[in-house]
Amino acid sequence: MQKIKKNNGITETSEMERNDGIPFDINYIKGLRVNKSAVERRAATIGKRRSVKKEWQAAWLLRAVTCIDLTTLSGDDTPSNVQRLCAKAQNPVRHELLKAMGMHKMGITTGAVCVYHNLISDAKKALKGSNIPIAAVSTAFPAGLIPLTERLKQIELSVAAGAMEIDIVIHRQQVLTGDWEGLYNEMKLMRKACGPAHMKTILATGELSTLTNVAKASHVCMMAGADFIKTSTGKEKINATLPVSLTMIRAIRDYYEYTGYKVGFKPAGGIGKAKQALSWLMLIKEELGDEWLNNELFRFGASSLLGDIERQLEHFVTGRYSAAYRHPSS
Amino acid sequence: MKIKKIFETMEYGPAPESPKAALNWLEKHNNKFGYYCNGKWEQPSTKKYFNSINPSNKNVLAEISHAGEKDVNKAVKAAKKALPKWVKLGSHGRARYLYALARQIQKHSRLFAVLESMDNGKSIRETRDIDIPLVARHFYHHAGWAQLMDTELKDYKEVGVVGQIIPWNFPLLMLAWKIAPALAMGNTLVLKPAEFTSLTALLFAEICDQVGLPAGVVNIVTGFGDTGAAIVNHPDIDKIAFTGSTEVGRIIRKATAGSGKKLSLELGGKSPFIVFEDADLDSVVEGIVNAIWFNQGQVCCAGSRLLVQEGVAEKLYRKIKARMEHFRIGDSLDKCIDMGAIVDESQLKTISNLVQKGIDEGGEIYQPKCPCPTEGYFYPPTLFTNISPSATIAQQEIFGPVLVAMTFRTHAEAIKLANNTRYGLAASIWTDNINMALEVAPKVKAGVVWVNCTNVFDAAAGFGGCRESGFGREGGREGLHEYTIPRINDSFGKKPFQLPVAKKVVELTNNTIPSIDRTAKMYIGGKQCRPDGGYSNRIYSPTGQYIGEASAGNRKDIRNAVEAAHANGSWGAKPGHARAQVLYYIAENMESRKHELALRIAASLNVEIDVATEEVELSIERIYYYAALADKYDGRVHNTVAGNITIAMPESIGVMAVICPDEAPLLGFVSAVIPAITMGNNVVVVPSETSPLLATDFYQILETSDVPAGTINIVTGNQAELAEVLAKHDDVDGIWYFGGNKVSKMIEHTSAENMKRTWVSNGKYRNWYNHEQGQGEEFLRRASDIKNIWVPYGE
Repeated sequence: MQKIKKNNGITETSEMERNDGIPFDINYIKGLRVNKSAVERRAATIGKRRSVKKEWQAAWLLRAVTCIDLTTLSGDDTPSNVQRLCAKAQNPVRHELLKAMGMHKMGITTGAVCVYHNLISDAKKALKGSNIPIAAVSTAFPAGLIPLTERLKQIELSVAAGAMEIDIVIHRQQVLTGDWEGLYNEMKLMRKACGPAHMKTILATGELSTLTNVAKASHVCMMAGADFIKTSTGKEKINATLPVSLTMIRAIRDYYEYTGYKVGFKPAGGIGKAKQALSWLMLIKEELGDEWLNNELFRFGASSLLGDIERQLEHFVTGRYSAAYRHPSS
Repeated sequence: MKIKKIFETMEYGPAPESPKAALNWLEKHNNKFGYYCNGKWEQPSTKKYFNSINPSNKNVLAEISHAGEKDVNKAVKAAKKALPKWVKLGSHGRARYLYALARQIQKHSRLFAVLESMDNGKSIRETRDIDIPLVARHFYHHAGWAQLMDTELKDYKEVGVVGQIIPWNFPLLMLAWKIAPALAMGNTLVLKPAEFTSLTALLFAEICDQVGLPAGVVNIVTGFGDTGAAIVNHPDIDKIAFTGSTEVGRIIRKATAGSGKKLSLELGGKSPFIVFEDADLDSVVEGIVNAIWFNQGQVCCAGSRLLVQEGVAEKLYRKIKARMEHFRIGDSLDKCIDMGAIVDESQLKTISNLVQKGIDEGGEIYQPKCPCPTEGYFYPPTLFTNISPSATIAQQEIFGPVLVAMTFRTHAEAIKLANNTRYGLAASIWTDNINMALEVAPKVKAGVVWVNCTNVFDAAAGFGGCRESGFGREGGREGLHEYTIPRINDSFGKKPFQLPVAKKVVELTNNTIPSIDRTAKMYIGGKQCRPDGGYSNRIYSPTGQYIGEASAGNRKDIRNAVEAAHANGSWGAKPGHARAQVLYYIAENMESRKHELALRIAASLNVEIDVATEEVELSIERIYYYAALADKYDGRVHNTVAGNITIAMPESIGVMAVICPDEAPLLGFVSAVIPAITMGNNVVVVPSETSPLLATDFYQILETSDVPAGTINIVTGNQAELAEVLAKHDDVDGIWYFGGNKVSKMIEHTSAENMKRTWVSNGKYRNWYNHEQGQGEEFLRRASDIKNIWVPYGE
């Protein structure tokens, strides 16, 4: 891998310089190795070595809320449920709970809302006046198996419709057959198609077979200029897991060390509990550092997580275990 | 506002585990404990008590009895009294008790975990997730062995009353490793916990009470070194099991020499952590965290010497340092820490002094900026780079959170550096190349090898070391033999077994002209050698007939023989089948010289020719026995943790000294030497002193049997003198002796220096002419050590 802007081993760049990518380097990709059992051991102990309680837990959960890409990706999505989703994104936690925690003036919202292309305009209407970005899944999500030209066109349409973030899927075939350069070239084109919108590449790790493949795909996407790398579509049999996340996080760390570019991370699918969210935040804090603990560099792709966090926050405030119906639905 | 601030900084906060239940338990005992003897709590005869301190905050937790010699006597007496009934209770009865102990430990697991964490200073995460679950697992596993003893180990019996002395680094786990197998195999015991950490042992005593364990089966005496010494020296103790420092282990080895006490020692280490350039370096970093910063580095098998392939060294160091910056050190009951407190002020001083020495000797030190509490005994994680093997901290065990790093160029160099230590406990090998891992694992001197993992334990696998890390295994099938003795040992005689003497003097020849003078030489490195000293001994039969002359070997001959044995790399590398072929060939050649050998025996012992012929035939049959086993006495794959293949592999000990029985000049030689070489050892043999010529005849057989030079080296002469030279030789790894008390004691005592494996008969004599006594798997077990290689899998 070429070392760009190298300065004493670690490159110093401005806080949020966008990843422009670097030239493709097959030798670097071929040299990557991930030892699964060792990664699993680390992942299994992260939530045991670290624990946040009381005020710390509340604050961390609120931070998690701000990192959620509040998502609906269903065949039966209509303007009305997207509108509710957008309302929830703007007011994710009940006001009096925020007030009790002294957080009501902090402008707590979710990180983004995430919808299919056809719902972008509805989301845009519903989010008018807020700063919440719209993320759209694209490139024949979730399988991606249509011609490249069509996929690129989709991206352009979504950007034109107002999406500020494009969650694209990679061609799993390119990973499974080792066509890394092909993957790089497609990603480059997609990144170009995204223009000013951020490109979040979904690796669909549940279909990549090995963690070594996950690491390789992560690096290829980053080399091609991904702004975020994301675990899953939420539609695979296995979605975000801690070992997969750890592998991707470490790839991000290595890429940063070599290029100075900070790439974001988004685990998606299967994260429905507040406690899980804390484990992910701890993993990020431990392996990437505090700079990644915000929604510019970290997102949860989740639909039900927020509900559990709300209940935990109410429990913190009142000391009583909460019920779902006490919190406004999306 | 607090939440807002945390929201902005995303800092960690305190996450304390409550000490309440543990404090209540201490209070229930008025924070003062007697010792546990014969099912009762006794106050110490010394009337002395000492404090147990929480090293995280220096608070006194409780007063502990300082048991004296009288108290130890009482406990041993109780254990001795309880023994017959405990043995008679049988497999199933003992299994029920062990099962109950396992269950009770699980039911009270958090109390044990919190108490252990407070008493020792190790993090609650470790006691809760590692120590206590392993304790329960150990009792479950051995409840199984108790149940199976009658069927699986029916040729073995209990050792008797066992004395056990354990360290402070894993207080309850080491107790479990000692007590579970001892009880399962029908022994009763007296155990002394370390003075810094007696509390969980006392809670365990309470649990023994609760499950109704018969009085006297388990006795827990608390105290200091003098208490331990009283156990070690007690005449009614049949076995000592010790885990602790090599220094104390050596004292115990010397103190028990010649006493006939069985001994297992699990001692110090300076275990290598070998990283090849193809390893997943991020995973390596976490491996290092688990290797040297687990339990503050106070782990006998801690991977304390990092050996990293030169090309990736700087990259790895950078990653380690980055990880160190994320360390959290604090009160042991905080659930958000990586490391707790060092057990005691004295240990903290030892660590600081050694680190200073490392700096003075030119090492580059790195300690992270993470805050380290000052209230208790804390020490930050420490990395030394630019360390040469000659540095003090590269050789000496620090027993603290200090890693020393060195680089290597090739895997051959990695193995060389890994083995450049007096210790040999554990090793960790990191590579994604299975060929590399499985080549290096057998070549590293260690009892436990972890591939791409470290500090993984399970009751089903043996743990223990070689060299000065001690001997014996704890856990698994191999560990049971530390707490059993073969039943056949009861039939050994108090005097050597003698063949019936012939009615008249046996004549070798009746030639009318004098026979040609024969010179029996020694046999070293595949060559016949004259003795260095130039002296020979005249050999006579029991009736005074002159038989011939044998070389009088001396220390230089021994030196040469040991060197020749080490120079032979081919024998140990042969697979069992190839060794068997050589053994069969020896038997074949003996058969063709049967008459000649029989005549020699007949003359040497003055026995009838048919009696002598029988000895030759038995010898041939014995060789067949070991040749048959050569490719069958193999290892196991232990059923341990998920996703892991744990290979228990018998390995040769190395260079062994075999002091043959003085009786049975041919059969004794064969019975002692053949099993040793069957397992791939190279041997230096001192044959029968009174009838050495059978051995010198034997080398002619060796010369014609494709035995590689240096496999068997024969030095004739005075057995006691030569045995002492061999026992004192630091490049001899094991020594066997089949004779009287005096030499047995000398060998055990002298061997303490390099902790060579000893097997001496202490004046108990086998009848070599009896298959049950003269051969068996015990010979092969004594000629080998089990190495457990842990190989996790998954892609």
